[in-house]
Amino acid sequence: MTTTSNPAMGRSAGPKPSLRRKASRGSILADRAATVALWGTGILVILILGAIILHFALAAWGVVSPSFILSDPSRATLGGVMPILWNSIYILVLTMLIAVPVGILAGIYMAEYAGDNGITGAIRFAEESISSVPSIVVGLFGLILFVDDFHWGFSALGGSLALTFFNLPLMTRLSEQALRAVPQEERNASLALGATKWQTIQHVVLPLAIPGLITGIILTAGRVFGEAAVLLFTSGVGTPPHYNFLNFDLTNPASPWSPFRPATTLSVYIWNLNSEGLGAFKNQIVDGSAAILISMVLIFNLGARLIGRLLTRRLTAA
Amino acid sequence: MNTGDEMPATAIYQAPVLRRVEVATPRAADEATARTEEVKISTDHVSIKYGEKVAVRDVSLTVQDRSILALIGPSGSGKSTFLRCLNRMNDLIPGASVQGRVCLDGENVMDPDVSVVELRRRVGMVFQRPNPFPMSIFENVAYGPRRRGLNDRRKLDELVETSLKRAALWDEVKDDLRRKSGLALSGGQQQRLCIARVLATDPEVILMDEPASALDPVSTLRIEELMRELREAYTIVIVTHNMQQAARVSDVTAFFTMAEDRAGYLVEVGPTGRIFTRPNERLTEDYISGRFG
Repeated sequence: MTTTSNPAMGRSAGPKPSLRRKASRGSILADRAATVALWGTGILVILILGAIILHFALAAWGVVSPSFILSDPSRATLGGVMPILWNSIYILVLTMLIAVPVGILAGIYMAEYAGDNGITGAIRFAEESISSVPSIVVGLFGLILFVDDFHWGFSALGGSLALTFFNLPLMTRLSEQALRAVPQEERNASLALGATKWQTIQHVVLPLAIPGLITGIILTAGRVFGEAAVLLFTSGVGTPPHYNFLNFDLTNPASPWSPFRPATTLSVYIWNLNSEGLGAFKNQIVDGSAAILISMVLIFNLGARLIGRLLTRRLTAA
Repeated sequence: MNTGDEMPATAIYQAPVLRRVEVATPRAADEATARTEEVKISTDHVSIKYGEKVAVRDVSLTVQDRSILALIGPSGSGKSTFLRCLNRMNDLIPGASVQGRVCLDGENVMDPDVSVVELRRRVGMVFQRPNPFPMSIFENVAYGPRRRGLNDRRKLDELVETSLKRAALWDEVKDDLRRKSGLALSGGQQQRLCIARVLATDPEVILMDEPASALDPVSTLRIEELMRELREAYTIVIVTHNMQQAARVSDVTAFFTMAEDRAGYLVEVGPTGRIFTRPNERLTEDYISGRFG
């Protein structure tokens, strides 16, 4: 049909190659192997998460109950983890209150204002270096600075600030990447309409960067939940006293709202109990705490994604 | 049905689109100049460099108020670069530098104390690829005015409506202004939305960088029709690869080409009718008759 209509463009005569002709055996095998390997690794990641969740769900079965979540620790009975859970949330919120705004602002500076020069090179180098300093060393630094030099003793604020040191580079880098991923055309469109640079960042770049920023927040929060080494030396180890939540005196170390009180978090508590704890219910408490910690991480991650999605929808109507 | 770019059944767009464009053959030079003597834009020995590389060399031309100037020429001849210096969008390109004077109403926009924000409000720009923000149609049009502090709901409603009407998009989008994303429109509609977005900032000059090159022929004719209408109130500078388009819509045509060192320069500028029938330069004639390169 085609050859007769335009002989000049016809292909050389001869048998047409069959569509069914087999590719070489090797390439088929390689293709199959790649498919299997890629699927396999993907499934492996899900299996690992599933196994961890399943293990602690089973181990904590019968341990975690409303009373376990809501009561104080006890030596003689199973007791609960309420003050420790409170500390985890408290330190998380305090750390994120500092790290997220500073990290996003630094990310904006790096992505939108700082060109490629010696200073940004130095900042990137510092980001990478701080990120790879072992957390126990960051904890030691916090001990020297906040606990000793500032005479704060073990405090939630000291722990949060040490965690901020540790997390700020990650938050900054991820924010920068999220902002850089916004196409330049979006900025040009806004600037060409007579918007200022900051208006462009506020109204076009940041809304479009929200999914990436949320990823940064989730990864940072995950490290706050999970971090024990930094907090050992800064916010302290031990069994918290009974908290009276009606005590709003922020200067009183007995108030659960005070940033200047020692605050053992779940991760630190688990480490402490598991390595040197005593008591008949030690293992159950560890398993129960671990299950609560995992649930908190999952709830936070899902919540952050959901809020991010709502924010994006609100800001962009897309 | 109404989301496509097909001709809607409204009276505004039935035959006039095609007819008007047919009529819009190159007009005589004196007609264009007779409209107004006022010079809106003038450039004086403008050269633009990217780092060491000269992209545009020594361009001097003037654009009359309420006229359409078309910049034509082969790829790489510096048309778009030149266009971008008129609202200083080249400022955004690292390493780009502009020499010479670019005047808007006699004021040199290259002066260090000129506010680029104010300049870009007066000299709007439509890009090659339609680039609505990922916001509702309403918010796209309201974007510029809002950034200048207009928040009065009634005024915004009014402004959005008049801008969309001027951009000949109102009838197609009026029912879901706030619900529909600008990105959900067809390519031609998106480009008219981008024009409406510029009109809402009340500019005096509109720069268009190949505004129809990503559009189908029907949408292209619509944009051209729109340009003819906008010419009544605005000064337009358009970069186009499409010579028929330049011939159809513009009053004045400037032909750019590349020198030996690949720097773009202005070969000649003149009334569109003359450029397309009796160009002064051999290079222009070769290009418009398709003998170029």
